Parts: sequence; C-alpha cells; structure tokens
Amino acid sequence: MSVTVLLFGILAVVAVASGISTVMSRNPVASAMSLVLHFFTLAGIYLTLQAQFIAAVQVLVYAGAIMVLVVFMIMLLNVGREEQMRENPGYRTIIGTALGVMLAFQVGKTAFTDVAGRHVLPPGSAVTGTTEALGETLFKMYLFPFEAVSLLLLVAVVGAVILAKRKI
Amino acid sequence: MGENNIVVSYLPLIVMVAVGFVFGLSNVFLAEILGSRRNKTNVKLDTYECGMEPVKTARERFSVKFYLVAMLFIVFDIEIVFMYPWAVKFRELGEIGLVAMLLFMALLFAGFVYVYKKGALTWD
Repeated sequence: MSVTVLLFGILAVVAVASGISTVMSRNPVASAMSLVLHFFTLAGIYLTLQAQFIAAVQVLVYAGAIMVLVVFMIMLLNVGREEQMRENPGYRTIIGTALGVMLAFQVGKTAFTDVAGRHVLPPGSAVTGTTEALGETLFKMYLFPFEAVSLLLLVAVVGAVILAKRKI
Repeated sequence: MGENNIVVSYLPLIVMVAVGFVFGLSNVFLAEILGSRRNKTNVKLDTYECGMEPVKTARERFSVKFYLVAMLFIVFDIEIVFMYPWAVKFRELGEIGLVAMLLFMALLFAGFVYVYKKGALTWD
C-alpha cells in the first residue's frame, strides 16, 4: 500500500466523520466547525489527486470565506440548539431515508463495478493541477467562461447590496 | 514525478497540520490535567471578558450589515483567486492575457464603484 493510498484513507475517514458530525451536531456552531474540518480534509484529498491549486482555493475560499458567511448566518438568525425548533419529523424521515437508500445504492453500485484503470490517474495529471497549467487552460481554452465569471460576480455584488442594505 | 515524491514534497505541510492539531488538543487537555481542581468558585468559572464583568449573553442576533461585508469580501476574494493562475503565466500569456484580465477586472471594478457609490462600505 503506497503512502498516497494511506493518506487518502485517513483523509476519507476524517472527511466522512466530520461530515456526519456536521449533520448530527445539535449546536449549529459545532456543525459549522465540523464543516471547516471537512473542507480541510477535502483539500487534502484534492492534493492526493494532484489538484494543488484547487486544494489551496478550497482552504482559502471555502474554509475561509464561505465559512465566515455560514457563521454570520448563524449569528444573524441566532439559531439556538436544535431542540428549540424541532417540529414533527414524519414525512421528512421517510423522504430522507428513501433518498439515503438511493444514494447508498448508487455509491455501492459504482464502488463494486469494475472499471479498468479507474484507480490510476490519467497520464500527465501530475502537471494538470498546478497553478501554471490552470492558467494556461483558463486563459486559452476557457477564456469566455472566465470572463462570464466576472459578470456573475458583478451580479452577486449588486444582489448582496440590494438584499442586505437597508437604505440603497 | 513518482507518487512518493509528491508525498515527500508535502511533508512539511503534513507535519505543520499535525503539529497544529496536537498543539491545540494538548493545550485543552493539559489545562485540564495541570490546572487546579480546587477553588472552582462561580467567579472563576465566569466568562472572561478582559476583566470587565459580563453584562449579558453574547448569543444575540447580529445586524445584517455584517453579512453584507462578508458577502462583498467573498466576491472580491474570488476575484483575487482568479488572478493567481494569470499571474504565474503572465509572460507566456502576453497581451491576450492582459486584455482578458483587464476586462475581468473592469467588470468587477464597476461592481466596486457601485458598492462604493451606494455607500455599502460605510457603517450607517
């Protein structure tokens, strides 16, 4: 067993555990912190897949900025412990269980279907994840989507101001 | 590049994460072990607020103004993230890259001007 597989195993276990902890925590702040740990383990998994830039961005943007948004949201709504706002679960449990079973079935089917070479990274992937390779691809092949992103971000800026500002 | 070389190149990162994790955890447990178990009065167990007496709970609703700041931070954070792949390939991409980035920046600068003119950066 190579070191990469071992690392992936550790990261995967922590990722699943922190994911479960995110959903199961009664305290929303504890949930948010579990999500931070989850984002970090995802960044580690990206590293094992040779996606260095995505790994760094995962930590900077998700574990940093997006989590600020989530924590602010908890502060804004002043969400207390979950017991206080629990209502009759009923149909939610049924739908949730059904969707969970479907997901488990799909994951199991994919995991046990034998696809040749699935566990091997495609050749050349050791360089595709670097910042340089990404810049090359982004500014040559995907130039238009890149410019469209700026428009999307512009819409987000205007939307944030319109929604959250009292006096515009 | 062999598989193990990659792991070796990230060894400092792994060590740093491990040390940080152990340091944080050990502080919590060492405080429990080494700290005095006696004299746990109500005053000592109270929330420490730089010597001030705590007046009320901190779990109250915050203004939506904080959310606006966080939202604007994320947007411009993502803008900066896109500059990294451009910056490392700046020379190879040449004029086309420069023009593409200028257009990208111009659209977001328009957003910045909008935010500034609407007074979203002031705390009113």
